[in-house]
Amino acid sequence: MSTHKIDQSAKFGSVTFPFPIFTASGCAANGKELSQFFNLSDIGAVVTKSVMNNPRSGRATPRMAETASGMLNAIGLQGPGIDSFLENDLPWLYEQGARTIVSIAGESIEEFAALARKVRQAPGVSAIEVNISCPNVENRGLVFACDPVSARNVIEAVKRSIGNTLPIIAKLSPDVTDISIIAREVQAAGADAVAMINTLLGMVIDTKKMRPVLANKTGGLSGPAIRPVAVRAIYQVHAALPHLPILGMGGVMSGEDAFELILAGASGVSVGTASFNDPSAAPRIQNELAALIEQRGFNSVAEAVGYAHRD
Amino acid sequence: MTTPVQTQCEVISNKRVAAYHHITLSADKISERAKPGNFIAISVGDEKSSMLLRRSFAIYQASGRGPFGGTIEIIVAANGPGTRWLVNRTAHEKIDVVGPLGNSFGIPKEPVRALLIGGGYGSAALFSLGDALRQRNCRVEMIVGAATADKIFAPVEGKRSVHSLSIFTEDGSMGTQGRVTDPIESLLDNTDIIYACGPMGMLQAISKIAATKGIPCQSAVEESMACGIGICMTCVLPVIGDDGQTRMVRSCTEGPIFEGSKVRWDAIGTVPPGTYGGPK
Repeated sequence: MSTHKIDQSAKFGSVTFPFPIFTASGCAANGKELSQFFNLSDIGAVVTKSVMNNPRSGRATPRMAETASGMLNAIGLQGPGIDSFLENDLPWLYEQGARTIVSIAGESIEEFAALARKVRQAPGVSAIEVNISCPNVENRGLVFACDPVSARNVIEAVKRSIGNTLPIIAKLSPDVTDISIIAREVQAAGADAVAMINTLLGMVIDTKKMRPVLANKTGGLSGPAIRPVAVRAIYQVHAALPHLPILGMGGVMSGEDAFELILAGASGVSVGTASFNDPSAAPRIQNELAALIEQRGFNSVAEAVGYAHRD
Repeated sequence: MTTPVQTQCEVISNKRVAAYHHITLSADKISERAKPGNFIAISVGDEKSSMLLRRSFAIYQASGRGPFGGTIEIIVAANGPGTRWLVNRTAHEKIDVVGPLGNSFGIPKEPVRALLIGGGYGSAALFSLGDALRQRNCRVEMIVGAATADKIFAPVEGKRSVHSLSIFTEDGSMGTQGRVTDPIESLLDNTDIIYACGPMGMLQAISKIAATKGIPCQSAVEESMACGIGICMTCVLPVIGDDGQTRMVRSCTEGPIFEGSKVRWDAIGTVPPGTYGGPK
């Protein structure tokens, strides 16, 4: 479908994706709904909704609140559980010709390792995203990505569990003092790449009811409101670890927004909340990005990665 | 479920009707697929809008071929910044629409006696249903209610879609003083199926009354949605499946129409104990 001359490929560990735009985990379900609007194989990959070991109902409603240029969500990882996912959703994605990055979320290090083992054995997986940064867990102390040791322990366990069979992408939280410290830890533990940023923890209070809007009280903030945070975080990690591939995300609505993340150091870009506004956002942004990168005189997306860091 | 399309729709007209706006859009691809009960999701604000989430509206009318090609009509209550933007659109402006979305009302093959109940602008979804039921030789009675007269949506042309139309307002400013639920019990003996659309409290009350006589009650819910297409997982409510298991299901894709007796109305806003995948 691409009519652009530049090389659009994006490399994460041992896997090269033909296109640089991905869905963001949790903003595309498992692909079926968006496939009504575009061919899933036309973008880099589908990053599936973080799946846990067991089926999960998610949280009570209200789960969502619109904010200025953004939204809060507290879904609570509603999903079918890994067995149903591998039996139903993954084969369906494969049939569509989609490349799939399976996102996993666990409540314990053991759950992460067990999930990774099951994903490793399934055909049709391009990479595994280890979501250690979901903000909607019961205990904030359990956000693995907020603690260097916990982050390292999870990634080490996943690495032990799957070896070099699949690239490991660790999903990081911006709600930390220095995100490059966490990135360094997960790289040392065996992550081939990092995905960043997950949502920022936020709250909205209804001034009529005088209570928090979300049933969960807090939720993850996404959308263009957080894009400068994403750009900053990606820039910091790329500066500290220039050889660590970054799957960038955070409020990307246009090709120009995606380009900003690439200039900061992202090798590929995920489109999340934008898909709620525009179900065709991912392929649209990919086309806009390729045109823009070509216009700026680059021969490939890879050439533009981290270009804002030059002297 | 039909496959939705995303399309730029031209505003053909935008008229005030009582407290609402009646907006007609050119929408060939959506109108030819739409069934009674379907909805559309509209992107609000301009390209750089700070409002990211689509607003969902039940389709009031979908017409195949008219002077403007295929059209869809919606009834909008301007309750927030997004809907206020929408009601200020004028003819020839284009808006981004996704639809038709969601399931549609089940229409019996037999000529049954149907009772249609709409609360506020919820009645908008019921007139095209009335037409479809009348084509099947059903007897169609409609009750429309609201707090005040200006919140009643019951256009003159809508009366052709039903055999009888009665209006209830809580303050008595139009029709009979009272609530739509007041007359239902007396009508149940002459009703085979109920269709309801309106606020959750009303749907709950109607479902409860219908259940006493085992009358099916197709209830169109209005949950707040971020996307309308099934990817955001925000519009869920607890619904009992055919296997007896309660699940948190999306009102945009599995709904918006649910059998009233299957919805755990009391538990909306919670994850009731025993829900599939619920907290242990």
